[in-house]
Amino acid sequence: MARITKEEVKRIADVSRLHITDDELEKISAQLDEFIELAETLNEVDTTGVEPTTHVFKVKNVMREDIPEPGMDRDLLFKNAPDHQDGQFKVPAVLD
Amino acid sequence: MSLFEHKLAELQELLQKKEITVSDLVAESFKRIHEVDDKVKAFITLDEERAREQAKKLDEKQANGETDGLLFGMPIGIKDNIVTQDLRTTCASKMLENFVPIYNATVMDKLQEAGAITVGKLNMDEFAMGGTTESSYFHKTRNPWNLDYVPGGSSGGSAAAVAAGEVPFALGSDTGGSVRQPAGYCGVVGMKPTYGRVSRYGLVAFASSLDQIGTITRNVEDNAYLLQVIAGHDHRDSTSADVEVPNYVEQLTGDIRGLKIAVPKEYLSEGVSEPVRNAILEALKKFEELGATWEEVSLPHSKYSVPAYYIIASAEASSNLARFDGIRYGYRAEDAKNLLDLYKKSRSEGFGAEVKRRIMIGNYVLSKGNYEKYFRKAQQVRTLIKQDFEKIFENYDVIVGPIAPTTANKIGEFTKNPLTMYTRDILTIPVNLAGVPAISIPCGFDNGLPIGMQIIGKHFDEGTVYRVAHAFEQATDFHKQRPQL
Repeated sequence: MARITKEEVKRIADVSRLHITDDELEKISAQLDEFIELAETLNEVDTTGVEPTTHVFKVKNVMREDIPEPGMDRDLLFKNAPDHQDGQFKVPAVLD
Repeated sequence: MSLFEHKLAELQELLQKKEITVSDLVAESFKRIHEVDDKVKAFITLDEERAREQAKKLDEKQANGETDGLLFGMPIGIKDNIVTQDLRTTCASKMLENFVPIYNATVMDKLQEAGAITVGKLNMDEFAMGGTTESSYFHKTRNPWNLDYVPGGSSGGSAAAVAAGEVPFALGSDTGGSVRQPAGYCGVVGMKPTYGRVSRYGLVAFASSLDQIGTITRNVEDNAYLLQVIAGHDHRDSTSADVEVPNYVEQLTGDIRGLKIAVPKEYLSEGVSEPVRNAILEALKKFEELGATWEEVSLPHSKYSVPAYYIIASAEASSNLARFDGIRYGYRAEDAKNLLDLYKKSRSEGFGAEVKRRIMIGNYVLSKGNYEKYFRKAQQVRTLIKQDFEKIFENYDVIVGPIAPTTANKIGEFTKNPLTMYTRDILTIPVNLAGVPAISIPCGFDNGLPIGMQIIGKHFDEGTVYRVAHAFEQATDFHKQRPQL
């Protein structure tokens, strides 16, 4: 039996902000299913009481002196923007 | 003979004696690129005009006897996920096809300060996700030793360019083996330093807790010089380590008498081809001749590194790649109905299949109900993998094994089933999960394709890794072989 339903795959695509075609849905569902099989092999490992590693070294908040510095030039920041106007990024309508 | 047959120290001497100029070095690089890159296809973007101009400026300095800088006048190629001011940086993705950064990665500033000259940007798997460089949006790079084979990946362009003699130096990035494995496949030297050794500021993030910029060269000494230049703490990367950077080249003594080598049985077990296993056993004999000893050990959680890695790396990638939304920079789809549609269309058209798959895996393992089951579990297994290494390093100086189960695969062999490809990373990814440094150096050939040996060291002990690699290199001549192109 499949470890993941098509509905679930569609939901994951949606939260990933991706459109997927019906063809892709078939393919990705099968691949995710295979991936879950691989991921579940971790259940063979007893991890009772094991601390998770989020980072190789224990990093706490890294502080620096609060000295103001000039930021990047605003015009420069728009250099790679697909669309902008009056010093702001331009997007299509947020609401239909 | 190519100028790049000389190691860095020799080239510096030639420059000081004024027998060559910086322009000669840069010209050598472009001559070779124009000769062979049609076949190898290592580069995405060349920066010829600017490189030649920069060379002229350094020629003047040289004429005045100002050749300071560890990499003075040296041509270098940069993996295309390291941002370079005013030079297109694509991550081999349609998403960033026209992206021209407005700032430099810290490593680029350091290279420039040391006198290196960037000749161009190198091909890779899209967003560094892959092990063959086949998922590049632009083109496939080929292995200079046999053009029907992949160069490895994801830093395939970097390894191929150095192997083909197009540049003597290259930078790559290594999240699960992406510097070491292509270096192994292409018969060059590739170092992944300790996590935090090199600033990641300006490296386009894939999996932030695993990513590390690495160095690719033709020999160990040059590699040590290159790392010397780029290593060190950076206030712009809070995960970069505030640990002193020793002089690496000084540690290349050639003396490894009394060194204790651990050989994990998991690294020579089934799945590792006969020629690869034999090459490693021969190398171990060589280490014995040099006065070192080796013993078999166990890294019992090795096999779980593959699922743990793909869970953690994909989770981090899904978060890191959320920034590509078609608004501030990058690809924007046409005719979007509204803002949400713009996000979806831009991302669906801008990302390739492997990237989309990993984003979806990441969002799946981070979903409510799955977070504990997969993501936290993988992080716990990561702790056990890290502890496996810590235990071994209580009694041994380095760990030695192959860099990959076989030599390079044929182009197209794995594109159908990505999971088969994932399982080939079993020898490289434990190193990233543990954050330790490791190098790949050439140690043999199978059917004309290079075999790579991996030497793994303790946290921040790149010096010992280099010393061992260098001693082996000096006692063998695998690194002197060149592909016929």
